[in-house]
Order: sequence, then C-alpha cells, then structure tokens
Amino acid sequence: MLTRHRAVILKLCSALLVFGAWEIAGRIPVSFAFPTFIESLAAFWALIVDGTMFTAYVETLKPLVVGVLISAFLGIGIGLWIGLSRAFDWLVSPIFVVMQTAPLAALIPLLIMVYGIGLTSKVFVVCIMAMPVIVLNTAGAVRNTSASLIEMGRAFLGTRRDIILKIILPSASPIIFAGLRLGISAGFIGAVLAELKITPTGVGDIISYSRSIADYPSMYAAIASIIVLAVMFLNLLERLEKYLFKGTYKTLVSD
Amino acid sequence: MNAMNTENAVTVRNVYKNYKDVEALRDLSIDFPKGQLTSLLGPSGCGKTTLLKIIGGLIPATSGEVLVNGKPITGPGPDRAFVFQDFALLPWASAIRNVAFGLELKGVAKSEREAVAEKYIAAVGLKGFENSYPHELSGGMRQRVGLARALSVNADVLLMDEPFSAVDEQTRRKFQEDLLGLVQNENKTFLFVTHSIEEAVYVSNQVAILLPRPSRVSEIIRPHSFRDKDVDSIRRDPEYLDLVDRIWTSLRSYVE
Repeated sequence: MLTRHRAVILKLCSALLVFGAWEIAGRIPVSFAFPTFIESLAAFWALIVDGTMFTAYVETLKPLVVGVLISAFLGIGIGLWIGLSRAFDWLVSPIFVVMQTAPLAALIPLLIMVYGIGLTSKVFVVCIMAMPVIVLNTAGAVRNTSASLIEMGRAFLGTRRDIILKIILPSASPIIFAGLRLGISAGFIGAVLAELKITPTGVGDIISYSRSIADYPSMYAAIASIIVLAVMFLNLLERLEKYLFKGTYKTLVSD
Repeated sequence: MNAMNTENAVTVRNVYKNYKDVEALRDLSIDFPKGQLTSLLGPSGCGKTTLLKIIGGLIPATSGEVLVNGKPITGPGPDRAFVFQDFALLPWASAIRNVAFGLELKGVAKSEREAVAEKYIAAVGLKGFENSYPHELSGGMRQRVGLARALSVNADVLLMDEPFSAVDEQTRRKFQEDLLGLVQNENKTFLFVTHSIEEAVYVSNQVAILLPRPSRVSEIIRPHSFRDKDVDSIRRDPEYLDLVDRIWTSLRSYVE
C-alpha cells in the first residue's frame, strides 16, 4: 500500500516538474512563440468548452483507429508468418525495414499523388508508422520461441496449429504487446503528421490554424492533448495486457 | 541373463546419423527389453541424446530403423513420452495444465484430462501444487511436473533425457529412489540418458555404454545381484562398487 502511494506521489512530482519547467520557460520567455503552461491550460479549456476539441478528435481518430487496427491485425499476422518461415522472412522483412527507416515526410507527396488527399492517404501514413515495429517485434518473438518447448509440443503429438496457438503465440505475446505499444505510439505520430502534411483536419487543423494566427496557447494545447491521449491509451493497453496474462509474466523473463 | 528371452519394447537397428560432414552415430544397434530401465551412458558428445531423440521421432535417422513394439517409427507417437533435461514446461501455465498438456494436445476433454493430471500430480508427490506456476516451484518440483506429464499420456516407453542433471544432489538421490519404484510399479519401459556412472548403475536393469566419434555401443552391462535389494543398501553392494569402477576404467581414456 505504501509503495502504491509513493508511486502516485512520485508520478505527480514528475508531472509537476515538467509543468513547472514549462511555466518558468514560458514566463522568461524563451521565445515569444512559447506560451506558459497556465495560458495553454486556459486555451485547452476554451477549446473543450466550445466543442472544437471534440469535433477535431472525431476527425483525427478516424485514420488513427483504422490505421492502428489494420497495422495490429495485419502486422501480427505478417510477423507470425515471417517468424515461422525463413523464405517469407527473406521475401518480406526488407520491406518493413525500409518502411521503418524511410523518411516518411518525404514520401507523403508520393502518397498524395497515388491516393489523393482523403482518408486513404492518412490511413497509409498511420500504417507506415505503426506497422513495421509491430511486424518486426512479432517476427523476432516468434523466432525466439524456446526450441525445447516446440520440441515438447512435437513429442506430445501437437499438430502445427496446436504448436502455433498453444506454444508459440503465448510465449511471444509479451513481446508482441511491447511491439503493439510502440506501434500505436508511432501511429499517433503518423496521424498528426498526416494532418499537418496532407490536409489540415482535426487536431492537425487546430495546430496549423492557431499557428497561422499566432494563437500559440491553443497550438500547444492541441499538441499536449494528443500526447495526453496517447499516454492514456497506452496505459489502457498495458492494463489489458496485465489482465490477459495475470501474473504469469515473471517466468517468461526468468526462463 | 533372463532378459535374453524377454520381449524388446524398442529395437534400434543399424542406425546412422550424419550432420552434414559430421558422423554422429555409426551403425548403432541396441535392444531395450520391455518393462526394464536401460541407461545410455557415455561421455559428452557421444550421441546419447541424439539417439534418444531419434527413438522419440524428434529427429530422423540418416539410415537404419527404430522399432517400437515391433513396428518401425516414422515420427513421434503415442507409444512414447518424453521427459526433458530442461523440463520444457509452459511458463504461463499452472502445474495442472502442464501435466495435462499432453492430453490436451491429444484432444481429451478438460474435466477428464484434469482428473488424470490430478492423479499423477499426487503420484509424483506434488499434491497441493496443482495451481502453482513453474516459477513458483523448485527445480526438482518442476521436473516432477515434467515426469507427471509424461506419465499421464500413458505411453509404453518413457524417454528420459538427463532428467535429473538440472536438480541438486539431494533431490537427485530422492528422484533415483523414486524412479526405482516407478520401474517396479508402472509396467513401462524406461530409456534413461545420463552422464553419471553412479546414477546409471544405481537405477538400471541394463547400462549401455556409448563411446564417441563416431558413436557406437561399446558394452552392455547388466547388474543383477543388487537389483532386488532395498534402495538403501545398493550403494554398499560390492557389485555396485565394482561396476562403477569398471565403467570408469573403460571411459576414462575418452575424457579430456
């Protein structure tokens, strides 16, 4: 109980430290374009009260949710296949390595030429950001499944399907989840990038519009809001993960 | 030599195994009498685990054949169950699910397989630990789970790959005594890989000594005078001491 309180207190301190530094930096000010924390908080409140924030998020979440879902399902599937088959690994892995290292902003004009400025292009941007890390983590985890567990599965007459579903996937799941977390946070970056670089809609629109009229507090409020949302979402995912694999994680580390 | 007229549960005939250019097993033949425990003993690198895995159907032989109950094998089968050196337990599954895992893979219904698993968990002395996870159990207890899993599929032949090498000395001795009881009471054939001379002589009806590069069976020894004695007096039996000494003499030149 004591440690739990301590965790909460330390987390609050950490937040206080960051916001305090922000406030001080805003008051010096480090730049005329850098508002204080309190100004940004007020702007955030104003955006919520007049409903701008909600309509913006409805727009932003569309490519984000679609892109993240596609990346998660397709990514885990492809990753599993890569992990199981050497040939498929050689065929497909390079694509994801390139995807991960490619300067995405430079590719956006190309995407617009092919898919236009609508939802499709934005979903693509989210997928390009989110998928590689999900695929590569899944593949690595699958490949690293303990050889002796697989041998055990074969010795006890498990079919290929049994071995994948009952041995490989459960043993890979902690790392798959770690990949999902990284992929989803990259997806958030992708969603905002798409709105800044393709067509300004949603939160990206608030950011670029407030910048153009020098309403810096609103701009920072919008940026901070997406960070807060991403952190909240990742926390939720971590809880889901803990719920799914109740207390059995320790062993995966020690074995 | 009463074993000569008993039936063989497993027969290995002229088995060769090559890994690329390396000859792991050359023309190896050996019989494993039914209802008895045979140890495969030899220095490291003599191919004893390779031989056990070939018999288990986990790796194919380059040539030659393995017969189980008179029928040639083509892969793993329900007539053989494996006990692994590193236990090979699912870390995310409780003891009972691990023990029942062999039956789960066979498609036995949950209630039925858990009843069988419970019985064998009790038989190996783990009653009360059904819902513990492997990381909550000691090394010796983990191997008991591995043993219960192998027993619960009710195979005729138990293949044990250095099952006690990862547990401490005291636990190991207890295991050896329990193993003698199992050989007596379960009507099964045991194939037991070990690198411990004392262990092999202590538990076996026959000890097959394998020599390396390339592997072959150099000698088969059948201790007989102390086999029916009480577990506590075996280690003081003159034949036991003689055999341990004799085996060491023949193996010492292969140990660097």
